[in-house]
Amino acid sequence: MSLMEQLNRKALGLGVPLSVHLDVTYRCNERCEHCYLEHDDRGEMTAAEIAGVLRQLADAGVFFLTLSGGEPFVRRDCFEIIECARSLHFNVKLKTNAVLLREKEAKRLRALGVEQVQISVYSHRAEVHDATTKVAGSLNRTLAAIRLLRLHGLKVTIANVLMRGNSRDSEGVRALAAQLGAHYTLDPTITPMIDGNTSVLRLRLPAQELGEVFHNAELVGDVESFCAPPPPVDEDVREGLPCSAGHTACYISPYGDVYPCVQFPLPCGNVRRQQFLDIWRSSSQLEQVRSIRAKDLPTCSSCSHLGTCTRCPGLAYMEGDMRGPSTADCEKSFIRTGIRTAGMLLRDAASAMPGLVQIQLS
Amino acid sequence: MNEKYIARSRQVAYRVLGEETIVMSATDSRLFNLSEVATVIWQAADGRTSLSEIVNRRVCAEFDVLPQVAYPDALAFAEELARHGILHISDRPIPVVETSAPIGAAVNP
Repeated sequence: MSLMEQLNRKALGLGVPLSVHLDVTYRCNERCEHCYLEHDDRGEMTAAEIAGVLRQLADAGVFFLTLSGGEPFVRRDCFEIIECARSLHFNVKLKTNAVLLREKEAKRLRALGVEQVQISVYSHRAEVHDATTKVAGSLNRTLAAIRLLRLHGLKVTIANVLMRGNSRDSEGVRALAAQLGAHYTLDPTITPMIDGNTSVLRLRLPAQELGEVFHNAELVGDVESFCAPPPPVDEDVREGLPCSAGHTACYISPYGDVYPCVQFPLPCGNVRRQQFLDIWRSSSQLEQVRSIRAKDLPTCSSCSHLGTCTRCPGLAYMEGDMRGPSTADCEKSFIRTGIRTAGMLLRDAASAMPGLVQIQLS
Repeated sequence: MNEKYIARSRQVAYRVLGEETIVMSATDSRLFNLSEVATVIWQAADGRTSLSEIVNRRVCAEFDVLPQVAYPDALAFAEELARHGILHISDRPIPVVETSAPIGAAVNP
């Protein structure tokens, strides 16, 4: 077992929220077409409020802190927040488009001991990236910032969200990351907007293109193993947790709302009205999330993919049932292995069933 | 015996989890897990208190061990962390600069 796995297991046993994702704003200087957020400011927490929350998180044992947005650097006090986080000894990861970062900022992030900066790059071609962000020149500015961050010794991860329109560019982005000395991570997940609006799902990668990605050794490594049929489901899998959301991780919005995860918009409390630890320990919503084991999932517990599926309970929740299947993850499991999931078989059966009222036209 | 002083690097994150401490280096993202005894030394590594004082006042007091036994182990531990760049060792007190001003104070660019 790796040290990270041991750490997660220990945190789980102690009931410690090891990782917190805090969005400091939903405002943004880009308008990415797949974004799940509304960018208006509805009264985001002040730096002083955030500092208070950070102190509570440190006391609660939080170690991994992701600061994101929106674009965190549109806040003029963003560095103040980062400095506060580092003074409380968090491992800080920033998610940013880096458009506002120059030499001075790169140097300062390095001096502060920020562990890594994750930056979204949609294509190595400016016309594709800029069309996604809807900001002319954004790719050039982002790449210039990545070079500066690397020059100052920061670890940079390029996150390549795949969707309609850029899926053929993943190898180009990967090569660009290698050239810049950045890590590369690929993500084919497009989520509904946080208010439940599903219009952005039209951007999800078509099945054929996702299949090409899953069978590309340059992107997934060992294709045979990645696309292998799932192994038999054992008792450990059935007793397992769906994911870390609400167990060792949670999400806090710029307005202080606490959720199990950034992709799981189940309101559990608000740090403006309650102490974080009271929410973490006593929220009935979090208790509900924590009570679920893989064997309790009505459809997925009978699925052959149970042990290998990337099922996201947040996406399932947005589809109407946190215990239900997540359609997107069912599709990924199917595209990866060619084996239909229990969720798909259920839908097949439902669509084949005649309606309660049959009308025959003569 | 020359006195040794130890100070945590500013390029690390750390948190006490149970009785142990997790440490991650921002330089190479390496993760460390410090035992209960190592945690006591780590927390006392303020750059001002000598290692022998840390051993005498903290380690020996809390773990019922003799200084002549504990000190060589503590020094070896400190040297190992220093090799990984997450702890500084010096023959003199080490000035430690706080990571940041308190929030709300003026922040110099």
